[in-house]
Amino acid sequence: MSYRSYADLGGQSVRDPIVPEPEGELFHAPWEPRVMALVVAMGPTGMSNIDMNRAARETLPNYRELSYYEIWLAALEKLAQEKGVLSDSPPAPKLVLRADLVAPVIRQGSPFARAPTAHARYAPGDRVRTITAQPDNHTRLPAYACGKVGTVERMHGAHVFPDTNAHGLGESPQWLYTVAFEEAELWGARQPRQGSIISVDAFEPYLEPA
Amino acid sequence: MNEHHPNDAGPPAQHSPTEHSHAGHSHHEAPRAAALELRVRALEQQLTAKGYIDPAALDVLIDEYQTKIGPRNGARVVARAWCDAEFRRWLLSDATAAIASLGLTGRQGEHMVAVENTPQVHNLVVCTLCSCYPWAVLGLPPTWYKSAPYRARAVKDPRGVLREFGVELPPTTQIRIWDSTAEVRYLVLPQRPAGSEHLSEAQLAALVTRDSMIGTGLVGSTALGDATDAIDGAP
Repeated sequence: MSYRSYADLGGQSVRDPIVPEPEGELFHAPWEPRVMALVVAMGPTGMSNIDMNRAARETLPNYRELSYYEIWLAALEKLAQEKGVLSDSPPAPKLVLRADLVAPVIRQGSPFARAPTAHARYAPGDRVRTITAQPDNHTRLPAYACGKVGTVERMHGAHVFPDTNAHGLGESPQWLYTVAFEEAELWGARQPRQGSIISVDAFEPYLEPA
Repeated sequence: MNEHHPNDAGPPAQHSPTEHSHAGHSHHEAPRAAALELRVRALEQQLTAKGYIDPAALDVLIDEYQTKIGPRNGARVVARAWCDAEFRRWLLSDATAAIASLGLTGRQGEHMVAVENTPQVHNLVVCTLCSCYPWAVLGLPPTWYKSAPYRARAVKDPRGVLREFGVELPPTTQIRIWDSTAEVRYLVLPQRPAGSEHLSEAQLAALVTRDSMIGTGLVGSTALGDATDAIDGAP
């Protein structure tokens, strides 16, 4: 593997306590809202897409030592360098987010559903097995859900495929399914029983018939 | 920009990201905070100089997420579903459209799914890979939602996680965990508290906590998170 994510945390042994937080407490330093706003405002410029942003964050070697807005900052710095935005001849931004555009642009959002290019291979109720290993690129199949048998529960249409979109290889829309797993399938029969069902949202290339 | 990176070596080893965010004011954190402040200012100035950023838009963005887009929006959705059976059915079958009918649309709410708590099933939402969260209805995610311990443990030890929030579910209740691994965003429709029949929709909305819409709280419970909100979260 040459691609390595440091963000794939599901099921790992992390003993730190979870610290609840009051609803109104959004930021913990004056620079944090600025980073949040910079990242959101860079979206419409077309510098990078959301999957490139996630890839830039999860590959930071010191990911686990950074607070979340530090991760956002470091990834934005990295992307701004890589995409030539800070060079002497930066590419023209697609759209500069002006103050009067903020509310309409946020409320418009950017849907990720696309017209399907093929028939869906699976339907709700189908048993499927996830691929045994993560591909050597940005991907959205967590390691804990690799090589596991589950049941298709929902279909969400075709969506932009992060595995290609993150690397500038196009949106390559793929069918997206909610696939649910028994807890023993994911963690083994020896793990104390929780009485839980766990699902991931899986793109069709992550699945094989079971 | 390399001159801004020396602090990237990370904080002292005893500081997890979670602890950092809650201990940001201690003395040895001050130089780190000052360095971050400088890095952010430098990046904003550079992006502005290159014509990518309008600083006035950043002020508006921050105001949007501090005063307009937050969990009170999701609470309106929940209260409406409790009061209006037709809306509840719509929310559970096409959450994106039902939520949009209340004027709640947009960024990180483009593809919504609402999942309903019952005595038999309790829903819990997590993003193990990053911090995917339904911004359009809940605003910015809390620090713990983005933190390693929650993301690591919610899928494997949900009862232990819920206990940390002061929530103890009957052993017969199934816990249904939704790992938000794509662009679908999940909103938990909590159970309406018993004895709330006389309350108006607005009064009900006021009872709905952010955590109850993620699944780490119950409405009307004395969950630790709720109690903390009542003490510290009053505007």
